[in-house]
Amino acid sequence: MHALSDSTRRDIVRRCLVSEASVSRLAEQYPMSFAAVQKHVAVLEQAGLVTKERSGREQLVRTDVEAVRRARTAIDQLEAVWRARVDRMTDLLNEPKGDTHEREER
Amino acid sequence: MSVKSVDKDLDALTLTLVAEFSATTEQVWELWANPRKLEQWWGPPTYPATVVEHDLTPGGEVTYYMTGPEGDQHHAWWRFIAVNEPKSLEFVDGFADADGNPVDTMPTNTTTVTFSPYDGGTRMELRSVFDTTEQMEKLISMGMDEGLTLSVGQMDALLAS
Repeated sequence: MHALSDSTRRDIVRRCLVSEASVSRLAEQYPMSFAAVQKHVAVLEQAGLVTKERSGREQLVRTDVEAVRRARTAIDQLEAVWRARVDRMTDLLNEPKGDTHEREER
Repeated sequence: MSVKSVDKDLDALTLTLVAEFSATTEQVWELWANPRKLEQWWGPPTYPATVVEHDLTPGGEVTYYMTGPEGDQHHAWWRFIAVNEPKSLEFVDGFADADGNPVDTMPTNTTTVTFSPYDGGTRMELRSVFDTTEQMEKLISMGMDEGLTLSVGQMDALLAS
């Protein structure tokens, strides 16, 4: 269920990158209710990845390319943060086993 | 390298990381459960973390601060949603003011960690979910990006020794 939700959102981001689309147009593309699609759009909007603009009776969804780029940079840095933490956890776990060259640094 | 896989879901602003350690599940749990151990790996050497309160129970909190190279202090907190020793834990984390009180207007993020025995060691799966890009940027701006430079530096030192 989660994976499906994620793939729908990914698809919405991709579709609205090429050209803006109304929520009702998007809803036609997926085997789910208008409300469900609207919810996915709301999540993406909250994340700042898409913007929604009212045009008459329609709500047009557009992907914010710059925001997607920023999110990618941020998540890449976060990966680096966690990789560094895992390195330090590994060092800590190895310490009591008497790895001498690691101990010299302390 | 003990990081086995990393999955970055941009649309859901979710980072999933799997790491393996040649240690028992209890030993890996101890890295989170013991505040003195936690502060040795949470922050990079240039932004060491000091844990003030540490209550590893559901609803319990961890309060800590990180000290930057200029003596600047950055306060933050965790609140545990679920604790299942030594199998899993889940917490929300956010920023605090100089007195350590949570700042409600600041974004939070949710992290779930599971530990399972694997091939004589322990597999740790971590899932960190953000609501906004700003949340991620804010966390990174808290001196955490130092981790990258330093871990590369540490690696070089290891290779040279």
